[in-house]
Amino acid sequence: MPDSREHPAYVDYTVGDPISDTRAPDGPIAERWDRRRFEAKLVNPANRRKHTVIVVGTGLAGGAAGATLAEQGYHVLQFCYQDSPRRAHSIAAQGGINAAKNYRNDGDSIHRLFYDTVKGGDFRARESNVHRLAQVSVEIIDQCVAQGVPFAREYGGLLDTRSFGGVQVSRTFYARGQTGQQLLLGAYQALSRQIAAGNVEMRPRTEMLDLIVIDGRARGIVARDLITGRVDTHLADAVVLASGGYGNVFHLSTNAKNSNATAIWRAHRRGAYFANPCFTQIHPTCIPRSGEHQSKLTLMSESLRNDGRIWVPVRAGDERAPADIPEDERDYYLERIYPSFGNLVPRDIASRAAKNVCDEGRGVGPGGQGVYLDFADAIARMGRPAVEARYGNLFDMYARITAEDPYRVPMRIYPAIHYTMGGLWVDYDLQTTIPGLFAIGEANFSDHGANRLGASALMQGLADGYFILPATLADYLAGHPRDEVPADHPAVTDAVFQVTDRLYRLLSNNGDRTPDSFHRELGELLWDECGMARNENGLRKALGRIPELREEFWRRVRVPGDGKELNQSLEKANRISDYLELAELMCLDALHRAESCGGHFREESQTDSGEAARRDEEFGYAAAWEFQGTGAAPVLHREDLTFDYVHPTQRSYA
Amino acid sequence: MNLTLRIWRQRDPESPGAMTTYEVADISPDMSFLEMLDTLNEELILRGEEPVAFDHDCREGICGACGVVINGDAHGPERTTTCQLHMRSFEDGDTIDVEPWRAAAFPVVKDLVVDRSAFDRIIGSGGYVTAPTGSAPEAHATPVPKPSADTAFEHAECIGCGACVAACPNGSAMLFTSAKVVHLNSLPQGAPERESRVLDMVDTMDAEGFGGCTVTGMCTTVCPKGIPLSSISTMNREFLRATRRGGRPD
Amino acid sequence: MRFWRSTVGKKTVMAVSGAIMLLYLVFHMAGNLKVFFGPDEMNGYAHWLRTVGEPVLHHEWFLWIARVALLAAVVGHATAAYQLSRRDVAARPVGYRHRRARTSYATRTMRWGGVIIALFLVWHILDLTTGTVNPNGEAGRPYENIVAAFHTWYGNTIYIVAMLAVGLHIRHGFYGAAQTLGAGGRTRDRLLKATANGLALLLTVGFLSVPVGVMTGIVE
Repeated sequence: MPDSREHPAYVDYTVGDPISDTRAPDGPIAERWDRRRFEAKLVNPANRRKHTVIVVGTGLAGGAAGATLAEQGYHVLQFCYQDSPRRAHSIAAQGGINAAKNYRNDGDSIHRLFYDTVKGGDFRARESNVHRLAQVSVEIIDQCVAQGVPFAREYGGLLDTRSFGGVQVSRTFYARGQTGQQLLLGAYQALSRQIAAGNVEMRPRTEMLDLIVIDGRARGIVARDLITGRVDTHLADAVVLASGGYGNVFHLSTNAKNSNATAIWRAHRRGAYFANPCFTQIHPTCIPRSGEHQSKLTLMSESLRNDGRIWVPVRAGDERAPADIPEDERDYYLERIYPSFGNLVPRDIASRAAKNVCDEGRGVGPGGQGVYLDFADAIARMGRPAVEARYGNLFDMYARITAEDPYRVPMRIYPAIHYTMGGLWVDYDLQTTIPGLFAIGEANFSDHGANRLGASALMQGLADGYFILPATLADYLAGHPRDEVPADHPAVTDAVFQVTDRLYRLLSNNGDRTPDSFHRELGELLWDECGMARNENGLRKALGRIPELREEFWRRVRVPGDGKELNQSLEKANRISDYLELAELMCLDALHRAESCGGHFREESQTDSGEAARRDEEFGYAAAWEFQGTGAAPVLHREDLTFDYVHPTQRSYA
Repeated sequence: MNLTLRIWRQRDPESPGAMTTYEVADISPDMSFLEMLDTLNEELILRGEEPVAFDHDCREGICGACGVVINGDAHGPERTTTCQLHMRSFEDGDTIDVEPWRAAAFPVVKDLVVDRSAFDRIIGSGGYVTAPTGSAPEAHATPVPKPSADTAFEHAECIGCGACVAACPNGSAMLFTSAKVVHLNSLPQGAPERESRVLDMVDTMDAEGFGGCTVTGMCTTVCPKGIPLSSISTMNREFLRATRRGGRPD
Repeated sequence: MRFWRSTVGKKTVMAVSGAIMLLYLVFHMAGNLKVFFGPDEMNGYAHWLRTVGEPVLHHEWFLWIARVALLAAVVGHATAAYQLSRRDVAARPVGYRHRRARTSYATRTMRWGGVIIALFLVWHILDLTTGTVNPNGEAGRPYENIVAAFHTWYGNTIYIVAMLAVGLHIRHGFYGAAQTLGAGGRTRDRLLKATANGLALLLTVGFLSVPVGVMTGIVE
């Protein structure tokens, strides 16, 4: 067993047994999913009703899973913190959804989507999972069309597609800039049908606060009714977490304000391994923050980079208005550094380049945290009507938020946290290390490696929810005969006690700082030290500061009101208390992974030209962390990744 | 900017509520309306008072969670969601009235938070296409003429925020209901359930206690997604067609 | 029955009954203009109305059929309106503190305008059908009765107020009915609004021309 001295960095963790994905069948990669489905045990339709499955979250993954499981006859108990399942944050996805339909006859295939996704993930994802995703992608489009999802169509009545960053085929299906909304509403409507039929018991405005594990198996959750404040236990035969990613640990992100990591973090505390927490994706084209009051960041479609040119002044501290800066005093830095890809380099590279020029003092706008995205040339070339037709809605959104006219003044953009590739470790069956606990969608780590390609998040969420989980969950249920859990089982009462005790501590603290003030401070620290570029010193600094901040939080936080009512400050404080633990694991993971790959850029590991340098020999694995206690050194379990079909190469965009 | 806010405060559904006055100072015109409320809430917490409860989530105008009535207008003076309304739409020294959506079908939960679950029940009664997972034919098996696809999309844009109900003098949910009916009834995939969908959804809408439509057009004026008033007329047509057929498809 | 139970069904009843009454008003107004051609023409026209359909129909049968149809329309319209109004009021039990009128005047006055018109209807029948409250009140001589009615200040006032209410009611009612019957559409809405305004104006002016004619002495 290798020990941590192989890695020069941090020693504050121990190395446990390596893990392997025991569920993935062998054989040719294209046959594995069929084999797994054939080998899976089935549940007799007559017995399905007797099985209760808890699903936490109603986004693309959770909504699709809840609807499908209910259609198959299981009794589903589903939760979301929003007032309606229709509001899950999948709704905000703009771009589109990939599928290897090859309707364009442009050389696309399941294998090519598989290849692009593994490569785009910088060779840190599992081949079997990614191949299955590519296979299933085809069925997703059929399913969504049948539900009445209004995809964009051509005049002949057939589906339109477009191309998206990092690939050479046109395989992205879309519904204007609201693909996520339309796909989510499709899943929500299917779910609503099952709710009305009584097959899904829907609990909106109810938040999972702990996982109940009995005899090593996930048997239920503890959840708080956000309206009455009641803390209840809900027991089941299996638990599915579809609660999304943890990008909000950064405070400012493109996530919804209430998206949170509590469900997955609580599961992690109960024994589920957390994989690759440092793999976070930063989106290069967001609207920069306008001041301290900023509560979230808004993304603008990456498509803007097709026609806009990105630049900053050549001279640091240049305060002139953009129009007054002559052409030869502008630095179109992406075009300069990456002449062949120019403004269209992948997300991580564009983001880092923006950070670099801002670090040099050449950033624009308030606080120097922005770069220009200039459409002057595009307007001169195509004319304003053409630009309006293509980007009008984005320009309007920008104008509404900033009160600047992007047709006359160049837009200002800056990168922002957008997606988290890391999440709960799952095997090929999407089961975590706790039997009976499954994680789907952004909540798991499975398919995107170290970097997610555009339009792949929707694909993964729906693949997991509609097709993969319903098949693998049946195998688990069939293999575990039903038995009742007594409501007064010690594990149940202990979980309830821990939840209520924690809420009580938050409410009775009576400190002098608001929950938000801690969130802001944590977010800034993480953004600076564990954001677009990371280095050992910064990560060590963060690892020193986070426990202090956590201690200060529990000493000084102030949560008004009581727990027996709608108390949004309490919800927030409880989520922040989990971020204060998760952030530490992220930094530790980032520190231990002393290589650069995908969204994880370690300044110590770059090529001569300043690009990310992967170190496959040492880090060709997924890092799955086992919880040992708050502040206690976690245990690292490595899952070695093997690449039999796509051979690792270094990315180059120069 | 310095502003006077008069905000509806109500502890729970049973308690009586009242407008309560707050002063907020140093508000940046670049703040969104909700960020202004965040600022107020942080001050209230530090003063030992209860912050104002309001629904919000994505803060980019798509989830439909947010929505308050500002100076009598659902979502305020601009045609957008409350989260996308910015303080530059107001003047320094303004007094701003902030109230929850008002409708019998949307009971107040607390302060500015209302219960919009009636919308979910309307969708559950027919706002779907019955297409169990796995049963779908190949996506290109049924071409959809582009005009139908565009009509469907335009109506599918509804975010379910409830501003239409809040603005309607009758608290009617016709625009919400019709948007979904028109979305699905415009598509060949929605055709088999075309009649039952409209009849069942209208029944549920009525049973939830929404008022009737008197074509005031207020709903469409405040709709952040621009669902057109013609949507209601189209639904009426579908309703009459379905009634003539006794609720049965061709 | 499901149709009548639903708000959309009731609105349909209102739209259809409204359309019947509107059609009637157009003929009624055209008939009224006979007054400008003198007593013989007017009274002759009134007599002819009683003979329509003869010999297939018995004397005055057509008139009674029309009266029954109109009564049914009025009852249907009013019942639906009453039930819908109660629903609408109940759907907004707590109003906004910040009040501001946003809808058009015609839209806002539909309910009370309808009540005014209903009350006027009673008066109008007592005045010019039965002659009960008419200063002249002579059966078979509508011309003289009309002239007598519009020689009183109250007769004029009641009539003018009611006709303005009718105009406003038609202005929003026609448009609303078209929407209810599914005739609305993005491109058609302007046409519908223009037609509603045109009909409202035509009927108001047409009906008001009679008392104005009497007052100015054109009709004597």
